[in-house]
Amino acid sequence: MELHEFSLRELRRGLQERDFSSVELTTTLLKRISALNPALNAFVTVTESKALAAAAAADARRAAGEDGPLLGIPMAHKDIFCTAGVRTTCASKMLEHFVAPYNATVVERLAAEGMVTLGKLNMDEFAMGSSNETSYFGPVRNPWHTDMVPGGSSGGSAAAVAAGLVPVATGTDTGGSIRQPAALCGITGIKPTYGRVSRYGMIAFASSLDQGGPMARNAEDCALMLNVMAAHDPRDSTSHPAAASDFLRGLDRPLQGLRVGVPEEFFGAGLDPEVAAAVQTGIAELVRQGATVQSIRLPNNPHAVSTYYVLAPAEASSNLARFDGVRYTHRAANPADLTDLYQQSRYEGFGAEVRRRILVGTYVLSAGYYDAYYRKAQQVRSLIREDFRRAFAEVDVIVGPTTPTPAFPLGAKNADPVAMYLADIYTIAVNLAGIPALSLPCGFTAAGLPIGMQLMGDYFADDLLLNVAHRYQQETQWHRARPSLQAGGA
Amino acid sequence: MASCASVLAGGGGLSMDWEVVIGLEVHAQLNTATKIFCGCPTAFGAEPNSHTCPVCLAMPGALPALNAAAVDKAIALGLAIGAELNRHSVFARKNYFYPDLPKGYQISQYELPVVGKGTLTVQLADGVEKVVGVTRAHLEEDAGKSLHEAFIGQSGIDLNRAGTPLLEIVSEPDMRSPAEAVAYLKKLHALVRYLDICDGNMQEGSFRCDANVSLRRPGAAYGTRAEIKNLNSFRFLEKAIEYEIIRQRDILESGGQIVQETRLYDANRDETRSMRSKEEANDYRYFPDPDLLPLVLDESRIERIRDILPELPDAKRTRFMSQYALTVYDAGVLTAGRFLADYYEQVAAGVDGKLAANWVMGDLLGALNKAGIEIEDCPVSAEKLRLLVQRIADQTISGKIAKEIFEEIFYRGGEVDAIIDGRGLRQITDVAAIAAMVDAIVTANPQQVADFRAGKDKLLGFFVGQVMKASQGKANPDQVNAILLERLQKS
Ligand SMILES: [Zn+2]
Repeated sequence: MELHEFSLRELRRGLQERDFSSVELTTTLLKRISALNPALNAFVTVTESKALAAAAAADARRAAGEDGPLLGIPMAHKDIFCTAGVRTTCASKMLEHFVAPYNATVVERLAAEGMVTLGKLNMDEFAMGSSNETSYFGPVRNPWHTDMVPGGSSGGSAAAVAAGLVPVATGTDTGGSIRQPAALCGITGIKPTYGRVSRYGMIAFASSLDQGGPMARNAEDCALMLNVMAAHDPRDSTSHPAAASDFLRGLDRPLQGLRVGVPEEFFGAGLDPEVAAAVQTGIAELVRQGATVQSIRLPNNPHAVSTYYVLAPAEASSNLARFDGVRYTHRAANPADLTDLYQQSRYEGFGAEVRRRILVGTYVLSAGYYDAYYRKAQQVRSLIREDFRRAFAEVDVIVGPTTPTPAFPLGAKNADPVAMYLADIYTIAVNLAGIPALSLPCGFTAAGLPIGMQLMGDYFADDLLLNVAHRYQQETQWHRARPSLQAGGA
Repeated sequence: MASCASVLAGGGGLSMDWEVVIGLEVHAQLNTATKIFCGCPTAFGAEPNSHTCPVCLAMPGALPALNAAAVDKAIALGLAIGAELNRHSVFARKNYFYPDLPKGYQISQYELPVVGKGTLTVQLADGVEKVVGVTRAHLEEDAGKSLHEAFIGQSGIDLNRAGTPLLEIVSEPDMRSPAEAVAYLKKLHALVRYLDICDGNMQEGSFRCDANVSLRRPGAAYGTRAEIKNLNSFRFLEKAIEYEIIRQRDILESGGQIVQETRLYDANRDETRSMRSKEEANDYRYFPDPDLLPLVLDESRIERIRDILPELPDAKRTRFMSQYALTVYDAGVLTAGRFLADYYEQVAAGVDGKLAANWVMGDLLGALNKAGIEIEDCPVSAEKLRLLVQRIADQTISGKIAKEIFEEIFYRGGEVDAIIDGRGLRQITDVAAIAAMVDAIVTANPQQVADFRAGKDKLLGFFVGQVMKASQGKANPDQVNAILLERLQKS
């Protein structure tokens, strides 16, 4: 096995045994990035010299007797997390040259553990998209098949981890943006319970839905990352006081007696038969390990997508108002007056999908429409929460497909936003409820594309999801499969 | 109605009765040390943009964290006006674009404010009390400032003020004359300073007011209102409402209709001008701010603030009337501000309350007014003035000499007793000495003595004046009077 395929535990062991230094490891991965990134476009910014300096610092800490699960281990951040001194673009022309004077809490915490940041990862512009095609810096390609999308919005993170450019990466999930690309790229990613991971310094798309989380090649690596990422942060008022936890502790618990619920609504029309079959096989593995399965109902799940596409754009229309051409953003040349400055800067700075969502959000919050859309959507959101509450009275974990189809070709859904929105049909309800959910690989299509299985848990059951995923991965090999990639070629 | 009619009459040509209906929205900057959603200082007058951070600059990813001190000050106001305190209130976003509003929205409270219905009792000039309803008071953040000077063809933006906590206090449309509106605003102004929640500085904009003004026939439904923005003095409030009454009356009486709009008062021209009509008004697209949890108040927090609430103006006024035997007017003047009230109480400690009141309200406030100095910056300490009044009470000096000493200590400083001794100003109370002076004056003015005895009583003043002059003002006036009367009646 090559260095770029190592798990976090294996990397730590290698560093402890002095098989390689952090500088050597970092150099290896930087070389791999420069060889493979031209084809994948996963990185927006590579911070080579800063990475080597951070690796040298980590080696010095280790030489001084320090050790830690993440010390000296390379990673990369989705370009939605602010990084002091390194540009943070959100994959938008609007922030093409924006350099934050501060680190996001997540960035700060991982850096303090001695992680080495290799750069910033491509994404859908302002996290709005499910295919990574809305990026100002061009689409990311799926390492399993470069004509296919990697999913979005954390497509750069998923592709980079799947391709072995980094062992782990950060992502964010507003409606499926960690789980959907994790599924399409064959990796493991968790959207933690809302309030687990600080949103401070994470550029807001829809504040009540956004949640940062780790993307890795297995559940244990996600747990190691989440151990550091999850923490109460007084700078984020929605951060939960009990956010921190030890996610490794229960990782090995046997699944005997685990009550699994399978929602009927997740296996209806529109689900690709290959995906359905792989997920059923995945559920059978859980049963083999001692879990019991029952069919459950999430009757309001069919309303999740339309509810989401009222609430998320509403919040986004307000969150993105600060990008106004006045301070740190793109500014139109020679505006005629203030209104023109706003209009031209925003028209030029935002891509079409972002503009569409700002328009929708502005509309649903307008006087005379608020009750019909925003307030109604909040009511449906309560019903969706209630669905899960009822379900978790009967089962411990809900299992279903992460996405209705495997990765689709680039450009396939560009002309039809609604078809694109339906790529998140199984992931969105989780964000509306605020519960945790995880996607892990459970098979491949005949064409060789990965398939993801989704585990959903009750509030703060993140550790249970990681436990189930870990036990599953102890007995299956899907997460060990790697795409074959050649430098420079697609 | 009477005061309203007189205002209308003052504008000329009153053809029928109109009632003016006034409601006020007051923005009080809360005097917390730091801003409402970040740790930046709120101090006024710093270098532009020096009191800023990622949060109040609205950098990407920055999030608000509520300052508990601002909430406590809102609770104090709520308790002081006997208002309902909402145990659950919600911050909302008010969305609009403006360069001094860095987030593109203002965090405010909309459907659920922290302070609900309360009342404020105001004293009108004729001694009548009026209860004005307070609809609500809510927390919000102030915007920055656009700077147009010193930039050619461009504007600068100073975000030091952005995020300063504001309490917006909204009254019911209960006021019926400019005088009532001014009385309400003054009362509220005194109250926020009593509570130490706002410095009340109207010139710097820490206490500012919008007025909603409409006319109606008495008993009829409310008329269409105009909102007059940013009135930053009591005088401007009064003038703006007076102007607005005439303007609206003229429109209504010529058969026109009032347009609902926002108007700006121009103090230089003494008129209000249209800023924007209702149609041009922003749709603020309010919705609950998802970055902030609902604000929940628990009973212990409310009780803790109730326990440390200072004595409020009305209670203090009543106490002054009984404790110092003051008239309602004097007690009202002396309790109009907490600093003045405290000053007075220090002066009145150990001396006659009425005498102390006369000195504070007469000589002291007169001199301050003349010099354009606020009581907070008074050059004469309360202790010094107390000693001066004490020296009158214990007959060390006469009231007339005291006025001279007051002038001295007010403008040039110095110690009361040192001035008295240094200049030999101690009052002459020795009967023999005064009698000698009286005799000398009587002897020197035989004609006036004859006239007085013939019935010209007014000449007593002449004699008193002469004796006082001879004593350089130091003779005890009561004794001079008594001895003079005795000598003059002798024949
Ligand atoms: Zn600040």
